[in-house]
Amino acid sequence: MASSDLDARSTSTVARPTSPVATITGAPAGDDEMVCGEGSGEDGTDDCIDIEFSLNGESTSVLVNPADRLLDVLRDQLDLTGTKEGCGEGECGACTVILDHLPVNSCLVPAYQVRGRRVETVESLTDEDVAHLHASGATQCGACTPGVAMTARWIVDRPHLLSRHTLRALMAGNLCRCTGYDGIIEGIELDLTAREDAQRGSTG
Amino acid sequence: MKLLLPSALDEALDMLAASEAIPMAGGTDLMVHWPQNLDAHSRTYVDLSRIDALRGYRLGADELVLGGATTYWDVIEDAAVCEAFPMLARAARQVGAIQIQTRGTWAGNIVNASPAADGVPVLMAYDASLELVSTRGTEIVALADFYRGYKQMRRTHDQLIRAIRLPRRSYTIEHFEKVGARKAQAITKVGFALTRSEVGWRVVANSVAPTVCRCPAVEEVLTSERTVSAPEGLLPALDQDIAPIDDLRSTAAYRRRVLARVLYACLAPLCPGFGPSKTASPIPPLAGPDEPDR
Repeated sequence: MASSDLDARSTSTVARPTSPVATITGAPAGDDEMVCGEGSGEDGTDDCIDIEFSLNGESTSVLVNPADRLLDVLRDQLDLTGTKEGCGEGECGACTVILDHLPVNSCLVPAYQVRGRRVETVESLTDEDVAHLHASGATQCGACTPGVAMTARWIVDRPHLLSRHTLRALMAGNLCRCTGYDGIIEGIELDLTAREDAQRGSTG
Repeated sequence: MKLLLPSALDEALDMLAASEAIPMAGGTDLMVHWPQNLDAHSRTYVDLSRIDALRGYRLGADELVLGGATTYWDVIEDAAVCEAFPMLARAARQVGAIQIQTRGTWAGNIVNASPAADGVPVLMAYDASLELVSTRGTEIVALADFYRGYKQMRRTHDQLIRAIRLPRRSYTIEHFEKVGARKAQAITKVGFALTRSEVGWRVVANSVAPTVCRCPAVEEVLTSERTVSAPEGLLPALDQDIAPIDDLRSTAAYRRRVLARVLYACLAPLCPGFGPSKTASPIPPLAGPDEPDR
């Protein structure tokens, strides 16, 4: 298997889009009040909102158009292209990111709403985070993998969820058309067990 | 797209009163296929994500009050709410998957007004009422009286759902059923929520009429303890209550027949008058030319 299959960070080196979706030229509107919108620009990029938020642990500032999706801002403006667009309708989970400690589909999140919040993307994951998914054959074509890896990370960090939810139910929002899911489930279970063992070791 | 960013409820209500703006909370309905939905980009939206007065929920001795921005996940994660109103969590877990449940709101499910909404039947079976607020004041509307037709409702453009109120009752029966093409991530072909309490039966069906709807004729069958010996025995009452159609997800014939069957399967163990009599004909097989793939 190619070593980069699950190395999420490698995806962020993909060439930048040659023509960014939104070229931000307008001045930021004032604070919280304001009508943003058409302004004088024909492309509607005026009257953008200056948002500041925590992105993978770092304070980030970006000008967004009111109509921008979080997914597009991450990919096109912040060059974090690890997050993928699959269906664009909140069904496939390829665009999953963690917003304020909860998994969300970034294709359905208006970018302006993350102002002051905390966003984690697949670029925040380490090799170690995805090692078990890697070992269990949780990826084939890779389209779903960034989203799978984010939901998996969210679950592994919160094993108490499994007292009230099955792993498969928690993963139901990440569709995979290649693997049949068994490798994904196995990789998460391996990761959960390894975490448990490590904690037992450190506390015992 | 024009955007209004209120930070308090009063401010949001002023904005709604002064425009035809559309309230936006989690965006899970409004943002679907957003880049292609150019008509939607020409509208004005009022952001509800910063309004504290809409957040949170309160479980009291007499009622559960869900704030207008309460999400499915808020309910799923609260053990006390799940215990007091178990169908809420059951339905919430059927709305998309986690990524939708963390963003989608109960109030959004109501005003999106889809006949296939999964959150609305359980709220209606629990006799929920809506607290609608605007600069003109507050209005309380029973959810069962809220819809007037397909995507038509008793909410004027300046009103917000501030809260959804569910009275606490002694429920002896609570049942939620969803029939979809898959176990998860499915949009309902046929579904119902059913309760029995000191105020009687409530039977609410979805995906079988222009709106989620109470089924008073079926409720009357149950109240009067009529004998029903087979699923088909429910059809005369159901036909007064529902008006299913053919669409991309199913057919009218399938919906009518399957709703009768899932209702019957739920009620047979619970109601003395339900069950095969000696004269009843055997249940015909389900498969037929009018059945879509499942």
